[in-house]
Amino acid sequence: MIDFSRGRKVKFYYNDKVIEAYEGESVLAALYAIGYRVFSYSPDGERPRGAFCMIGKCSSCLSMVNGVPNTRICIEPVREGLRVYSQKGFPEVPKVEEVVEAETIVLKPDVLVIGGGPAGLQASLTLAEYGLKVVLVDEHFKLGGQLVKQTHRFFGAKKFYGGIRGFNIASKLSREVMDNENIEVFLRAYAYGIFKNGYVGVAVRGEKPLNLLVRPKAIVAGVGASEKMIMFENNDLPGVMGAGGAQTLMNEYGIKPGERALVIGAGNVGLIIAYQLLQAGVKVHGIAEIMPKIGGWFVHAAKVRRYGVKIYTRHTITKAIGRDRVEKAEIAMVDEHFQPIPGSEKVFDTDLVLLAVGLQPNYAFFSQAGAVMKYIPELGGLVPLRTKYLETSVENLYVAGDASGIEEATTAFIEGEIAALSIAIKLGAGNNKTIKKREELLDYLWNEYRKSPVVMRACQGKLKATVSEEEMEKIRRGELDGI
Amino acid sequence: MGFKETGIITYEELVEKQLIPPKERLEKGPIAIAECPEEIPCNICVNACPFHAIKMDKIYEIPRIDPEKCIGCGVCVPQCPGLAIFVIDLSKPDKAYITLPYEFLPAPKKGDKVTLLNRAGEPIGEGIIVKAWQYDKTWAVTIEVPKEKWFEVRSIWIQRK
Ligand code: SF4
Ligand code: SF4
Repeated sequence: MIDFSRGRKVKFYYNDKVIEAYEGESVLAALYAIGYRVFSYSPDGERPRGAFCMIGKCSSCLSMVNGVPNTRICIEPVREGLRVYSQKGFPEVPKVEEVVEAETIVLKPDVLVIGGGPAGLQASLTLAEYGLKVVLVDEHFKLGGQLVKQTHRFFGAKKFYGGIRGFNIASKLSREVMDNENIEVFLRAYAYGIFKNGYVGVAVRGEKPLNLLVRPKAIVAGVGASEKMIMFENNDLPGVMGAGGAQTLMNEYGIKPGERALVIGAGNVGLIIAYQLLQAGVKVHGIAEIMPKIGGWFVHAAKVRRYGVKIYTRHTITKAIGRDRVEKAEIAMVDEHFQPIPGSEKVFDTDLVLLAVGLQPNYAFFSQAGAVMKYIPELGGLVPLRTKYLETSVENLYVAGDASGIEEATTAFIEGEIAALSIAIKLGAGNNKTIKKREELLDYLWNEYRKSPVVMRACQGKLKATVSEEEMEKIRRGELDGI
Repeated sequence: MGFKETGIITYEELVEKQLIPPKERLEKGPIAIAECPEEIPCNICVNACPFHAIKMDKIYEIPRIDPEKCIGCGVCVPQCPGLAIFVIDLSKPDKAYITLPYEFLPAPKKGDKVTLLNRAGEPIGEGIIVKAWQYDKTWAVTIEVPKEKWFEVRSIWIQRK
């Protein structure tokens, strides 16, 4: 599906060994490509850890990079001469003279957009259309969020990129954002919190580290989600990986993540990853799904079934087996209380166990900002309450995309646009047409897209998280403690 | 067990969802069958068909292919993100022709011998590629198969030399 064009060759050092890599790769991807599987150890130094999320959200790849400990090498771009050391146990406090002082810069744009995935990209472009000045920050060294690893053509309406492959949407939107003079982009930039008087702190990493203090009139936080983990014996063994992690390796870097895989979870993510593994020439033993039914869409299930991938419903993983990497994995049938039934175990020879057991919204930014949060299982976890215009209980802080509750990329685009239009209206940059456009989008989102029975659960979750403007006013005044 | 347990749809389930064209129409010439039985939010096929043969009022409805308007051209086959559309031609005496989507290596070529697979991925015989063309990296491959296997065959493996 993808033509990989490798970048210029660069050399860096890993534990003092010279490693050849291609520009544009992450340090972890470059190491994985030549056979490294262990990237760190548990804090006690005993248990090896492999790649897991590959998007800078877990702690499996913490390493020392140019003297800075606890650096996530999955989002660290390779550079000539970079010195990387693996960590075992807790690292030493770095010496002050090794740490480069960050320059502080104050920025006052109209809007700060946090996260360069589908929601953030769509929001930025929409805001810029209204002449608003946007600062867009993203933790990764490239834009696109999780779109960059989606190789299938998107479903949904044409207006929201239906029919186009995810990574093609990512490059199209990223280019438009980069070329837009109303949008200033900071990559490897982590928004760590809100301060008094509306300042947001953003740490920009790299050779010239920056400490941005951004004081926007409004914020769109499209900060995405993280992969969930489940409990089973040896779930930290290298080779147990998040489905998204494997997608990153295959679809962003063209690296085969393993030879024989077992997928856990038959939601859309599990079904799609199984298909992509087949395309990459990986043998897929099967997909274990704890529920009695396949959770993902039938069309995705049919794609893998017709290439012989079995779907074991009412099954869960009970253990991974191996010394310092996965060699085998065991699944078992579950009873009506989801407990494994003794005697029903099946063991597979596998070097990859891919977990596709759901995502959870990233909530830290909203919690720190003081937004009223609610735990909504249908949405994957803790999310901020919001009005239908996506404003949270912190005035002028908007939420969009998976951070507002796990849904599809299509809805992330739509939410990003609704948040942006609402800000344009509020800041006086919009007109009657803007209001009409927003109403049309809301109508399409709630009365058409979310009316599909296959997305009903998420839709119910979004309903629970959405309050009226009057209710939100009461919540802000402290008269209502959430709904 | 239904298709949501097995990942395999049966003839009866497709008939029940009204996704199988009338027998007389099937025998007349090529026609598309969308094995898309769930109300998912997608309408790519509606816009893909140059003959406006696929109908859907709301985005989540099941696609309805008009047997009078569909000419079996196969344009929709590689565009469907669900890879769920197949064109079936039963108009020839002893062979059936199936146009199906294909996204694996090696690339298909006219004349290639292929292993025929059913909906569970089990090999059920051999066929020959009579036509192959590409849309945005997905192939639409037309294969000649024994006539009685027209409903069973839903994918292929190209035998590597
Ligand atoms: S086969 Fe051709 S005519 Fe028939 S539905 Fe598909 S695109 Fe339309
Ligand atoms: S394009 Fe494919 S998946 Fe989408 S509605 Fe049509 S048949 Fe179903």
